[in-house]
Amino acid sequence: MNPSDLKVVAATDCGSTTTKAILIEKKPEGYRQTFRGEAPTTVEAPFEDVTRGVLNSLAELEELSGRRILDGERIITPSNGNEGVDIYISTSSAGGGLQMMVAGVVKQMTAESAQRAALGAGAIVMDVLASNDRRPPHEKIELIRRLRPDMFLMSGGTDGGTVTHVVEMAEFLAAANPRPRLGTGYNLPVIYAGNTSAREAVQERLGKKTELRLTENLRPVLERENLGPARGEIHEIFLKHVMAQAPGYRKLMTWVGAPIMPTPAAVGWIIQTIAGNQGINVIGVDIGGATTDVFSVFGEVFNRTVSANLGLSYSISNVLAEAGLANILRWVPFDVDETHLRDTIKNKMIRPTTIPHTLEELKIEQAIAREALRLAFIQHKSLAVGLKGVQRTRTISESFDESMSGQTIINMATLDLLVGSGGVLSHAPRRSQSMLMMVDAFQPVGVTRLAVDSIFMMPHLGVLAQINQKAAEEVFFHDCIIELGPCVASITPGKRGNPVFTYEMETDEGVKRGTIPAGEMLLEPLALGKTAKLRLSPARGIDVGAGKGRPLEATVSGGVVGILFDGRGRPLAVPEKNRSETVERWARAVDAYPS
Amino acid sequence: MGHAYTPGLRVSEHAVVRKERRLPIAGKVLVECGAAVKARDIVARAELPGDVATVNVVNRLGIAAAELPRFMLKSVGDPVASAEPIAENRPWIKRFRTVVKSPVAGTIESVSRITGQVLVRTAPRRVELAAYIDGEVVEVFENEGVMVQAAGAFVQGIFGVGGETHGELVVVGNGPAAVLNPGDLHQGLADKIVVAGSLLTSAIYKRAAEIGIAALICGGIHDSDLRELLGYDLGVAITGHEKIKPILIVTEGFGPMTIAKATYQLLESRAGQAASANGATQIRAGVLRPEIIIPSPLAAARGEGKAERAVLGLRPGSPVRIIREPGFGRLGAIKSLPEGLVRIETEAKVRVAEVEFQDGSVAVVPRANVEAIES
Repeated sequence: MNPSDLKVVAATDCGSTTTKAILIEKKPEGYRQTFRGEAPTTVEAPFEDVTRGVLNSLAELEELSGRRILDGERIITPSNGNEGVDIYISTSSAGGGLQMMVAGVVKQMTAESAQRAALGAGAIVMDVLASNDRRPPHEKIELIRRLRPDMFLMSGGTDGGTVTHVVEMAEFLAAANPRPRLGTGYNLPVIYAGNTSAREAVQERLGKKTELRLTENLRPVLERENLGPARGEIHEIFLKHVMAQAPGYRKLMTWVGAPIMPTPAAVGWIIQTIAGNQGINVIGVDIGGATTDVFSVFGEVFNRTVSANLGLSYSISNVLAEAGLANILRWVPFDVDETHLRDTIKNKMIRPTTIPHTLEELKIEQAIAREALRLAFIQHKSLAVGLKGVQRTRTISESFDESMSGQTIINMATLDLLVGSGGVLSHAPRRSQSMLMMVDAFQPVGVTRLAVDSIFMMPHLGVLAQINQKAAEEVFFHDCIIELGPCVASITPGKRGNPVFTYEMETDEGVKRGTIPAGEMLLEPLALGKTAKLRLSPARGIDVGAGKGRPLEATVSGGVVGILFDGRGRPLAVPEKNRSETVERWARAVDAYPS
Repeated sequence: MGHAYTPGLRVSEHAVVRKERRLPIAGKVLVECGAAVKARDIVARAELPGDVATVNVVNRLGIAAAELPRFMLKSVGDPVASAEPIAENRPWIKRFRTVVKSPVAGTIESVSRITGQVLVRTAPRRVELAAYIDGEVVEVFENEGVMVQAAGAFVQGIFGVGGETHGELVVVGNGPAAVLNPGDLHQGLADKIVVAGSLLTSAIYKRAAEIGIAALICGGIHDSDLRELLGYDLGVAITGHEKIKPILIVTEGFGPMTIAKATYQLLESRAGQAASANGATQIRAGVLRPEIIIPSPLAAARGEGKAERAVLGLRPGSPVRIIREPGFGRLGAIKSLPEGLVRIETEAKVRVAEVEFQDGSVAVVPRANVEAIES
């Protein structure tokens, strides 16, 4: 069927915890997402077959939509009236996702580029090896043998550069003789994307021991990355080797009408589309059960990171281990016994599909989410950097400051849009809870639009875009993205109690004025589809995005929550004294919880 | 999630347990199909390649990598002893001679003319695979391992720490809700698998370790105690590699938790019998729960047991357990499964189940928070 003739599409995302199915239908006004179903993912025992969860989620879609999609265990295609779908597509991150090791010569240069290539292709990077990573050779060999990745990406050397170090890494890899994580009947796939002059030597050492593929150098010169060809190879190997080994995926691959994509690769595509279409800087975050992915596009440069053990179910206990109890407790608006909190978190870890039933448990889970998001963003900023090792001509003024190549390119002052996705953000009972979690964790400054993925469908749209971009975009802008409203935040904290800025908000209903005291927040309603002209006048020494003491004017669009004026300053500090009351007051300011 | 439910832990009096025993790399299988094996019997053996030591010979000798073969005293494949010379230079003045010695005993694996490195691989390590359970070899995977089958009782825990062990099953304490004191454990429990009440404390664990108990089975444990006995905060539930004795199997969860009646009664009824236990848990990417297997020779002879368990899902009358607060651990039965979404205290609209408890009370619980009790 011609992709433009598609009338009904069923799409699933097989996540580590839940398989989410959506139905997309062509209506007179365009493509629309119409129904949604979900079921636990069944990669694990007793089912050990991902298709069971897919069938269960599609069965729920059938029930809710009244459309017959399944004939026993077969998806009915093409559609005919109220029966069947024209195509079925899927993304997947179940079974631990795509796990890779990468290597380069210099840790901060080719190894970092290799890491970016793997992350951008949707992988979890288990370790980054480099000639200068200070680990002795036997440790590297042991690590390769022990970690058993799904595939290995090897780079190193600019074209015509070092051969010795590249070959050394190939020798280590050959000595480790690694086995792939899944399956026994094939060799570990290795992609070589390094110095072209070393290809022959690499082939000689790895050709027989691994499933070696040679592709273009991902860092042909220091000043340029060429990540596309390596990412293409990763996707191909993912489909041919990795997916084919996971429980039930061989069957699933015969059902789909387009190649299965790793979930993060699909979400990454969507984030890039938004940024490209609107010409804006975007940060997207997808917080899942096992991992948290952060995507960013700043000045057309796309970056993705995955925090492999920061999530809200399987990895929830690791958030506690990494953030520390005090950092989680600071967001909880009531006193909680430490032993009880620790046990609660561990119980969620061992029964990851449970959901908060009481308001107190919801608040605790959202406190943990803030820390998972915060830590994942710190990690993202450290990898989303300019190319290191690049010679730059500096002006005299630049030579006086400390900036150098390799600084993070994430600049919150130029961020236009922050999009949240994943269960805790997409399914928060109140949208204001999602807004507050994102603001607390990412701490946007100046004027920033906030949005969430309405029901977690960015992955589905990412894969749909591969066959029908128009359909994906229509659904994205009409049904996927829920604008929460803008956050207007002062950068400087100000003295508690003193005003940090005043605002004037002009809408078609008139002009509203107000003052934001330091340490406080205020929500002004501005409905979805409405716009307002904002005039901000900061107090002396206070920066609201235009420089200290400088007024700022901006036109903003409304959202389902409204405009959030945030006078708490950056970096955001939760006062130790009266902590519970303060956090409670902030939550009340945005009407986050029922009273 | 109309078609969603959380499969419960398996507690079965008559189960057929099949355990795949595979070597990490190809090796030799030592038993034949049909052989009766004991838990400690070695069923397969392999030689794991030894570790690799690298020697940067060119740097030590101050030569170019391409010249390396000329200076080598040993060739690829040659055995070398530890501290045995493997390369040397030949200066005019003998006093300046440099000899490079092998840091380990092993075999020369490679001599690189590009990197100038010599790799020496140590002797292979022998890996032996035990049967783990008393049973029968029902399948042989050539060069890889075997499938061992046994009939008997099978109990899954929710979380465990430590790997495989064997021993006689002993119940200590008075009932599934008992809270033990360290003094309740005595020297006679060495190498036993001990059912130890509803809450395991670090004091009890320490006492058990002193005695040399093989495994402790309990209803619950505080996370703070787990942290103390492990020495670190467990981030992700992937366990089994810990070298600890006793291993630990928690049947219900974190905090004080009465062991489920069915679990306790089954373990109590098998007291005195030989059991195998494994604390290995992996909740992500292919769930693995800790287990206790008590093979029964009689059951095996009679061919009893259920090989496959039916996956029935939730339906009215299904016995369930609440697996999250409020009411964590309460047992009941499904009264009804309303079709539509129901708004709960958090204001989330979710699929729910009406659960009737043993005291006749009824609660509306998110379906995600009930667990089917399976047998």
